[in-house]
Parts: sequence; structure tokens; C-alpha cells
Amino acid sequence: MSDQVVAKPMPEPTPDTQPYWDGLRARKLLIQSCASCGKLRFYPRPMCDACYSMDSTWIEASGNGTVHSWTVTHHPFHAGFKGEVPYILATVDLAEGVRLNAQVRGIERDALQMGLPVKVGFEAGADGLNLPVVKPTG
Amino acid sequence: MSLREAAAISGVGETAYTRGSGKSVLAMQLEAALKAIQDAGLSPKDIDGIVPYGAGVVAEDFITNFGIADLRFSAVTPMGGASCVAAIQCAAAAISAGICNHVLLVIGRNGFSGNRIGARVAQMPQFRTIAEFEMPLGAIAPAQLYAPMARRHMELYGTKSEQWAEIAVSTRHNAILNGNATMTKPITVEDHQNSRMISDPLRLLDCSLESDGAAAVVVSASDRAKDMAKRPIYVMGVAEGHPDSPSAITQRPDLTRLGLAKAAPKAFAMAGVTHDDIDVAEIYDCFTYIVMCQIEDLGFVKKGEGGPFVGDGNIKLGGRLPINTHGGLLSQSHMAGMNHICELARQLRGEAGRAQVADAEIGLVTGYGDMGDGSIAIMRRG
Ligand SMILES: [Zn+2]
Repeated sequence: MSDQVVAKPMPEPTPDTQPYWDGLRARKLLIQSCASCGKLRFYPRPMCDACYSMDSTWIEASGNGTVHSWTVTHHPFHAGFKGEVPYILATVDLAEGVRLNAQVRGIERDALQMGLPVKVGFEAGADGLNLPVVKPTG
Repeated sequence: MSLREAAAISGVGETAYTRGSGKSVLAMQLEAALKAIQDAGLSPKDIDGIVPYGAGVVAEDFITNFGIADLRFSAVTPMGGASCVAAIQCAAAAISAGICNHVLLVIGRNGFSGNRIGARVAQMPQFRTIAEFEMPLGAIAPAQLYAPMARRHMELYGTKSEQWAEIAVSTRHNAILNGNATMTKPITVEDHQNSRMISDPLRLLDCSLESDGAAAVVVSASDRAKDMAKRPIYVMGVAEGHPDSPSAITQRPDLTRLGLAKAAPKAFAMAGVTHDDIDVAEIYDCFTYIVMCQIEDLGFVKKGEGGPFVGDGNIKLGGRLPINTHGGLLSQSHMAGMNHICELARQLRGEAGRAQVADAEIGLVTGYGDMGDGSIAIMRRG
């Protein structure tokens, strides 16, 4: 008897967010930048809340950041993640000033602390989708 | 113009709270609504405004079943668990504007036997941002989305899981006194600490129930309520508040500050009371951590001092700030906080039975929903 494979939730990009997902496919974490005033915003969205411009460009994140908070999920809330529990999700303050949420790879739960330097990596998922992951530095 | 004492709670009603109602959501809502209307000494045809909880049932269902000839006002306040208390503000505003006199607030759900509450999130437009950017990562359920807030509070302030356990234990104690509660077995701090980890640091006994049932409240114009069946419970101050980054918790500059932090000062100022005047508080308790965080955001203690406050017994019956005297969402039933409004009215009427706070004169009720929306109403007995 084999377990039926259940698909994980997949993003449904809009014209506002497609460049972010295209960036991940190219193993780049892109942050949206207002084309008018330069303010960065994350997650991607249509309008700059500082100047109301709807024109934007995209910068590539350095991948450097520090741990902000985290949770270790033990309960399989979604069948697509049932085989992966327990897994760690961490919020990471990126050097650019925005915050990433991603699963942690290669860092033990007890080693996590606020301010711990980390690097952003990428991991291949279904349908050619790459997702960001949090990895140790060095 | 202020909404201060423009409206009063004139009636409350609840069905039995179960896990497996065998009834339709509409039938349960009609049952609870009829109880609340009769509690107020009204006929269903007197209802001229309706603010239903925004899921499954609409104002038209009540027009049809109650035979209301001319409903003058309907709205929804889609703020998840903050909806019911925010609906008090909505009702009071409509009453104050002269649109209507008796507004029905109602919720009902087969949260256990039907569309499980834990599974409903991805279907809601408020969660669109999360659905695109965080659910693919495995951050799907409220427990997972809220856990980083709780962890951040622990790391910043030394808050302990054992302190949240005191919330679970005292809330269960109150549920047992209530008589209409799903959970009726006492629990200890050890039981809490031994309950399985759901999403660290939140354990099973930090989480609220999934429930079947319905609850309803009638909000009436104050000049009507003073001559109605029950002692009026006047709404002294009421407000809603939305947190920074309301669509994504992870993007919030201060993860420990909820929308309630913006609403509470407005409600206290409108009411003209201080924290020392509050005899009893029904605080939205989807998770124990959220209760503690709201006690801080309400201003009862400074940010970071909530852990010791809840851990030292202040929130028990007989304590400095008795909370969730009915058993809350943690142990009575998950009626998205409509049961908290019912309980506050009963406390201030002196009808709270074995959980009655002696001579309770002024109290407050909060809502918390979605990614941190908040709502608050401060009330006094008439
Ligand atoms: Zn701009």
C-alpha cells in the first residue's frame, strides 16, 4: 500500500507578482523597488505606499540576513507536507531591510536565535518552482 | 459626535455547544437569534437591522424566516474573529445615525462537523497574500502563522509556555462552571506542558476548539433599551483597529503589536473609564498567546509584562482581572467571540451563575481576527 502523493499549495501569480516568481525560477530572490521614489516593498504588490506610484523595478537580494523569529511545525496541517514534519519556518531580516519567511535547512532548532546570521538559498520544488530556504552562513 | 452610550446590548442567545450538531447552520442561527430576541422582550418582526458573521448565512435568510417586512440596515464586518465585536460598532453607528433601532448580530457554524475552521483559511480573500507567498512554503494554518509572534515575544521578553498554561487552565475551570461548554474535564499546567506540540511554541492546549453551534446578540438604541425586558448593558466605548501589515504577519515591523493596540486607547477614551474600572474582561482566545498579547495591547500591563501577569493568577475568578469567565474559545466553544459578548452581558446583568464576578459593573470584550485585526467594546450595566 503506497501513500497517495498530495500536491502542495502552489502560488497563483498575478501580473503584479509574476516577476518575483520568475526570479525564483532563475534562483534569484527579487525585491520590488519603487521606480519613482526607490522605496523597497515586500511581498510584491501594485502600489508604493510612500508615493502611490505603480511603476516598479526589481533588485536582486544579497541573500544575507539574520534570524528574526521561527516556528517548528509538528502537526501536518496540509497533506502535501505530511511527510516533512517537523519542519522549521524562520522569518529572516534581510540586509536590504525586508523580511523573508522560508523553511530552514542545515540549522538545528536549538541553534536558532534572534540575530543569527544566515544565507538565503534555493530549493527545487514541483513544476519547476524554486522556493527560498534559510541556510547557515559559510 | 460619539457613539458613547448610543446603544446597548438588550438580548443574548446561544444554542447548545457541541461537536456534531446534526443541524444546518441556518437552523442554529435562527434558534440563537430567536433566543436573543426573546431575551430582549422583542418579536422577530421588531428587528430592523442585521449584521451577520460573514460566512454562510445572509440577512435575507432572516428576512425570510422571521417575516421581517422592512429591514432597514444590513452589513457585514469581515474581520475574522474581530468581526463580532466590530459589529457592535457597526450596529451602534447605524443606530446613532437613526437608520434602525434593534440590530441582530448572529453567528453559527458547524466548525467541527462541517467545514472545519482549520481548513477554511485558504478560501478567504483576507488570506490572498498568504496563500500566494507563504502557504507554498508550508505556512498554512493560523497556529503556524501566529507561532512566530509567540516565539518572538518569548525571545524578547523571556515569556514562558508555563505562563500561557495558566490561561488554558483557568479558562477550562471557568468552562466547567458554565454548564454549556464543550470541554468539561479539568486540566493542569502539567497537562498543558504534556500536550503535543502543534507549531512550536504553541501546544495543543494553547489552541482553541472547532465547534458546532450558534450565538446571537441584539443591540438596541439606548433610549429603547432602558424600557426593555432586561437590564440594559450600555456600550460606553467601542472601536476597531487594524495592525501594520494587515495581510502578512511576517512583514509586520513589530510582531508583538496587534490591531487592538490602536483600538483600545480610542475605546477607553470614548468610555471615559480607566483600566482600574474594569471588573471583568472577555478576551478573544483563539490561542493562549493571543490572550496575553491583547492584555498588553489593552494597556493592563506594559509590552513584555503579560507573561508574569497571566502566570501569577491575576486572570482567575477572584483575581485582579478575571477573564473568559465562560470558558472562551479554548474550552466553551469557538463562536468567533459572539459567546464572549453574550457572557459579558450576562456578567454585567448578574446572570453569570457560578462564574459570576461579584458586583460586576463595568467590563470589556475584545475580538481578534485574521492577521491581527482587533476590536473592543467597553460596557456598563444600566
Ligand atoms: Zn514610491
